[in-house]
Amino acid sequence: MDRAEVDSKIRELIGPFNKKDVEITDATTFVGDFEFDSLTVMDFVAEIEDEFDIIISMNQQAEIENYGQLVDAVTKLQG
Amino acid sequence: MSDETGPGTGGDLFSKFDDIIALREGLLASGQEDPFSLVMEKVLSPTRAICNGRETILLGTYNYMGMTFDPDVVDAGKQALEDFGTGTTGSRVLNGTYQGHKECEDALREFYDMDHAMVFSTGYLANLGIISTIAGKGDYIILDIDSHASIWDGCAMGNAEVVPFKHNDIEAMEKRLKRVPEGAGKLVILEGVYSMLGDLAPLKEMVAIAKKYGAMVLVDEAHSMGFIGENGRGVVEAEGVLDDVDFIIGTFSKSVGTVGGFCVSNHPKFEIMRLVCRPYVFTASLPPSVVATAATSIRKLQHAGNKRGHLWENSKRLHKGLTDLGFQLGTAECQSAIVAVIMPDLEKGAALWEALLKEGLYVNLARPPATPANMTLLRCSLCAEHSDEEVGTILGMFERAGKATGII
Repeated sequence: MDRAEVDSKIRELIGPFNKKDVEITDATTFVGDFEFDSLTVMDFVAEIEDEFDIIISMNQQAEIENYGQLVDAVTKLQG
Repeated sequence: MSDETGPGTGGDLFSKFDDIIALREGLLASGQEDPFSLVMEKVLSPTRAICNGRETILLGTYNYMGMTFDPDVVDAGKQALEDFGTGTTGSRVLNGTYQGHKECEDALREFYDMDHAMVFSTGYLANLGIISTIAGKGDYIILDIDSHASIWDGCAMGNAEVVPFKHNDIEAMEKRLKRVPEGAGKLVILEGVYSMLGDLAPLKEMVAIAKKYGAMVLVDEAHSMGFIGENGRGVVEAEGVLDDVDFIIGTFSKSVGTVGGFCVSNHPKFEIMRLVCRPYVFTASLPPSVVATAATSIRKLQHAGNKRGHLWENSKRLHKGLTDLGFQLGTAECQSAIVAVIMPDLEKGAALWEALLKEGLYVNLARPPATPANMTLLRCSLCAEHSDEEVGTILGMFERAGKATGII
């Protein structure tokens, strides 16, 4: 999958987690804008991991602050 | 995607704690006794103390086997104080290994029937040390999301990739193991009993899957040692997987009745840990009296089948009694000596905690972030020394306090 395909797949997956209907751009942050708590992060990461059959370790998660960084990371991780 | 506090505004480094300071002040302003500043003025027995001037039944101590006042254990400690002094003033690898430390490790080897035992100054340090040392850069740690803080801190201190899975979810664990890159070292970390809800891990299935993927397995048996399993070796024994796990981590601060931590293992190279594990090397060893009480207690726990039986009876009775009263508990069935009562919120939890204390009962108030799913819990842990009569008294206290606070 190229970056655009990964982007549209993640947009689909984030739907049920985006309870406040925050507008999504590459700069949208998970903690500040989406207001994800640690439990939501865990469930959301698990969805993405299962969809793309990848591991996003806690170490990698710590580097991901906004939506664009997540799309970049997943694009790279699926190898 | 970390939810830690971001960069501050400069100035007072303590401003990052403002939210928790406000939460605490709000709680105390309502006239609530502070649940986190209780002082036990006098301890009468493993199950009784004077707290804030009141005689109180202790139902939140993890003193599962009631060894803290055992006469043989107390005598061993006194003798060691006389013979070896108050402290070692040194590291285990320098001047801090006394005869008593070796005897304590011998007792552990016999208790678990394993080749190696290493005693740390606390259980926290045992997890911190073993995990951060054995899992290095490029290795993967696969662990339950509800793992104890000492496990998480061990992960944070090391350089391995850390991959959590949903609590007790066998399939989620397997999926993650399957995705670890070929050739990478793998460590699976599980707990026998999870201390917040008192539930068990499905160790039989999980250990088998971990082995199938070539992972090493570490199990923290802090809350099961001395109690669960025919010989008190923990959930690994009860589930028949003791020989399949690579490391068992445990503590002296629960069933053993003092302080300290340990790791036991059959790994042929295990002894090298004594030289490379920094939380073992760079701290003072346990005082001689502590290792003497631990060794004596561990040897007595090997043959404590009757006490284990009574503790199961107490735990099952409290679990059923609280369920019948209408409280919501952490597990549908009684699985361990921990009975967790789920509270609607922190305020109600603190109110019931205080009402119980005024009745003369101490339980643990547990709140986020220590608890799973942001729950507030009143956590009860039973002791083999609680009498049948005391369990009846405790249920009466819960009934009155629960009704007075509107929780049941």
